[in-house]
Amino acid sequence: MANARERRAILSLTAPAYLWLTVTIFLPLAAMLYCSFLNKSPLVPTPAVATFANYIAFFTRPVYRDLTWWSLELGAYVTFFCLLVGYPVAYALAKQIKGRWREALFLMVILPFWSNALVRIFSWTMVLRNGGLMDQLIHWVAPDAPPINLLYSYPAVVIGLVHSYLPYMILTCYISLQAIDDSVVEAAASLGARTTTIFRRVVFPMSLPGVIAGAALIFVPVIGSFMEPRILGGTKGVTLGMSIEEQFMVTANWPLGAALSFMMLAIVLLLCAIGYPLVKRQTDGLK
Amino acid sequence: MSTREKGMGIGGLVLRLHLGLVLLFLYVPIIVMAVLSFNQSQLYELPFTFDLVWYKSLASNDRLIDAGINSLVIALINTVVATAFGTMAALAFARYQFRGKSLLQLLLFPPITIPWLVIGTAMLVFFFWTGIGRGLHAILLGHVALSLPYVIIVVGARLANFPRMMEEAAATLGATPWQTFRRVTAPILAPGVVAAALFAFAVSFDQFVISYFLAPPGVTTLPVAIYAAIRKGFTPEINAISTIIIVVSMGIMLITARFYRFGGER
Repeated sequence: MANARERRAILSLTAPAYLWLTVTIFLPLAAMLYCSFLNKSPLVPTPAVATFANYIAFFTRPVYRDLTWWSLELGAYVTFFCLLVGYPVAYALAKQIKGRWREALFLMVILPFWSNALVRIFSWTMVLRNGGLMDQLIHWVAPDAPPINLLYSYPAVVIGLVHSYLPYMILTCYISLQAIDDSVVEAAASLGARTTTIFRRVVFPMSLPGVIAGAALIFVPVIGSFMEPRILGGTKGVTLGMSIEEQFMVTANWPLGAALSFMMLAIVLLLCAIGYPLVKRQTDGLK
Repeated sequence: MSTREKGMGIGGLVLRLHLGLVLLFLYVPIIVMAVLSFNQSQLYELPFTFDLVWYKSLASNDRLIDAGINSLVIALINTVVATAFGTMAALAFARYQFRGKSLLQLLLFPPITIPWLVIGTAMLVFFFWTGIGRGLHAILLGHVALSLPYVIIVVGARLANFPRMMEEAAATLGATPWQTFRRVTAPILAPGVVAAALFAFAVSFDQFVISYFLAPPGVTTLPVAIYAAIRKGFTPEINAISTIIIVVSMGIMLITARFYRFGGER
């Protein structure tokens, strides 16, 4: 166990980072939880009283049930398309392409993820708007087609969010696919399994942890997104995130916004609690 | 071997084609945006006529320039603070066994996994109550908090493969602890620290959500200013500043990649 000198070293090395995180993350989250039980915004000078009203509002007002449902639906769409598009890319990079090409292509896939999210969402307006790239391309192929304006539509929001979060899915699937030993696949093949069977029975189940990690990393921020639906969806594709942002920046109803935030976190945790045993059973079956 | 050979068949070709299409999907919008920033027409009309008019008008847009300077200054301070504190914590985790270590490591995940929207609004509430308030200092506080976990994880990964023997050898040969740190530990640690610093810079320079909630009226960072401009209506000027940002942040990540291999490739 650590002696006094070591203890001092440990304390002085970790204290700055963790004090910082306490002041900027953990105490604020606690403050927000407290705020969610107040009956009026801290901006109002008169003293506030503790209440469950904000949580009751979430459960009783139909608008929040709809918002929650739409958010979950949007999260499911985006996660599904990220998996559909991203998994084959991860598979190609992990199992098919080797050497310098793999390194270069991998970097190209990850690079946009580390560049500005807002700017990337903005760039889609250039493609989707009336007279944008997509419109022009379609009219170049079929001059008689009606004008295409996808901007400010639900598909635009889905496309933009898939573009934003796709690298997450590729990264997590790549890591778990990379970890699968080629000899396992060869063993299955030598025992007479066909390529599709090998994929369905061996490769995909073994890569499931990566799929789940990717899905969680995408689903959670999509539910909380507000900038993407605002820019690409206009009034279409309303999310819980947009409503929370509104409570803080427009209507200044902080307690309601705080309560909605915690309900959002609760829903995510609930989904994890439901999903975890299912996934565990799947992966346990492999052992 | 057999799997690799099979991969070159039709399935392999389809996968490669798919990969190409995905790269197009990822890059075409960015390229279109960049190209249009050099187009003369204000309404994004074709034919394309090369012109630097939007970059020139950007040069006289004080609001965006001020926001850009704010973003750069915050990102630089954030990089120094987060890298220093994060590296210290990573060193403690790598060197010492102590009670509560796994709890401290676990505490790095909430800042990464809780949506920025929730963290940003929580900061807004807490900073209001404590009198820290909104402003560039609050934005800096928030950015460092988001960068710290990344720094600790990236430097920690480098330290995990650290040859402890070299330090012990230096000590045996009579080096003082400071000499050992400066001549042995620091050079080995350097690539990890540089990569972490670049990550921290990118996290701050690209951060929109936290800054959005902590920016008081009239004081902005670049992403917040761009968001406000987009909401008012697009102009090629936004394309110009966006193109600059994309080039800067992609450039930083390309440099980072030189120091830090992504994706577990050896």
